[in-house]
Amino acid sequence: MSQELPAPIVNPDSQAYWDGARRDRLMIRRCAACGRMHFLPRYLCPACWSSDLEWIESCGRGTVHSFTIIRRAPLPAFTDRVPYVVALIDLEEGPRMMANILGEDALQTCIGDAVEVCFEERGDGGAKIPQFSRRR
Amino acid sequence: MSSSSTLRNRVAIVGVGESEIGKVPHMSGLGLNAQAAKRALDDAGLKVSDIDGLLTAYSFTEPYFMLGTVMCEYLGLQPRYNASMVVGGASPAVMLKHAAEAIAAGQCTTVLVCAGENRATGQTRDQAVAALTAVGHPYFERPYGPSIPGFYAMIARRHMAEFGTTSEQLAAVAVTSRRHAGLHPNAHMRAPITLADVLNSKPIADPLRILDCCLISDAGGAFIVTSADRAKDLAAKPAYLAGIGEFHTHEHIICAPSLTEFGAIQSGRAAYAMAGMGPSDIDVAELYDCFSIVPIIELEELGFCPRGQGGRFYEEGHAAIGGKLPVNTHGGMMSHAHAGSAGGLFGIIEAVRQLRGGLGPRQVDGAEVALVHNEGGILSSHCTLILTAQPR
Repeated sequence: MSQELPAPIVNPDSQAYWDGARRDRLMIRRCAACGRMHFLPRYLCPACWSSDLEWIESCGRGTVHSFTIIRRAPLPAFTDRVPYVVALIDLEEGPRMMANILGEDALQTCIGDAVEVCFEERGDGGAKIPQFSRRR
Repeated sequence: MSSSSTLRNRVAIVGVGESEIGKVPHMSGLGLNAQAAKRALDDAGLKVSDIDGLLTAYSFTEPYFMLGTVMCEYLGLQPRYNASMVVGGASPAVMLKHAAEAIAAGQCTTVLVCAGENRATGQTRDQAVAALTAVGHPYFERPYGPSIPGFYAMIARRHMAEFGTTSEQLAAVAVTSRRHAGLHPNAHMRAPITLADVLNSKPIADPLRILDCCLISDAGGAFIVTSADRAKDLAAKPAYLAGIGEFHTHEHIICAPSLTEFGAIQSGRAAYAMAGMGPSDIDVAELYDCFSIVPIIELEELGFCPRGQGGRFYEEGHAAIGGKLPVNTHGGMMSHAHAGSAGGLFGIIEAVRQLRGGLGPRQVDGAEVALVHNEGGILSSHCTLILTAQPR
């Protein structure tokens, strides 16, 4: 018996991120004051504490900084997916995020692989989460 | 800074106690804490009424909101200093620091620090794994199904890629720890294992296998801290706190500044500076070892070997009793016990025991200075401490 995979949890910090994902766009935060970009959305810039932040669309390309192949699922919902790849992706714009590497060749993932964003539906209301696949 | 303005030589650990360890279905989590506390008090030769402070951490199996206060209630204590602290695996060392600060500031005289839970029998293995998943970021990590071993596996993978660390070197950590645990009468897992056993054990999150992972134990641990002046007159030989430091860089792995450099560098430097010592002064080290990659990184960050050489340090036998720097002489969390916040506390207990001496084949000859490192989260929160057999 498979359980539902986790759907996005939206809060005021992340509303624009998840709205973007619904439209197949990967949104990241840029600080209008210092120009730095960060991934985890929040009220202020973690580098300079300015609250003058904007959302920009990432180009969706990145590289695998590290990864693991999960052989034992942490939650019953993921049991059917085992083995699957969990990776840390360095986006071309700089910020780092987590995603699965999807696709038939996912288990061949290596550090340094070029990857590209794709979107996976989660939940029944049209919500999506960013995912990545290896670029050929 | 003069030593009088730091915590150096201001306090000592004067009593230590471990509960029954392993699968202990006849005891509750609070009961394990109480048994460890009673043993620590007896060890110190103190009376219950001497305790005027209590610090504890957290429990997944008995998740009381005010665990510190609940612990006092359970133990029948009415202290003037009390808190429950949640810095993950770093909690025991951080609690020692807070206890030392409170005693040095005159807020209390004698602090009981305890932690532990019935993690092996108080919940199913799936519940234990699911509870630990809560460490992942709820919005930006958990949708991807990572596990705690998976987080550390990504760190191990990066270490392998940058420095050439091998699976055999990771396995050497598990083998060394198990050999040490075989010399400890209360360790959870004492049967020897070989490199081949580790390398053929069940894969959990590549490159980590089940024998690269810490145990899930029922266990409680406790120690008692008092002023260095008071310590001199007590039953057990005191272990003096020479230096202690902490550092915190992130909580979730997506926000880690690096996968190969962590806050043990800064916490270690602070501890060494307070103690007026360096890595070459350390006789024995009790390092946090929730996964085999972790003590490898800590050896490097704390200055015991060059960056990238931690795996080789283990492989060449330097971390074994009788080696250059014996590490985790009780067996660590991979073989002695791991029960929630108590994991790193057993390292502190073992350091005290090594400094007291008389441990038979487990004894590190001439152990005068011990270093303990605790880390919490995903190598997120760090606390390093140095204990000495004599004030210096």
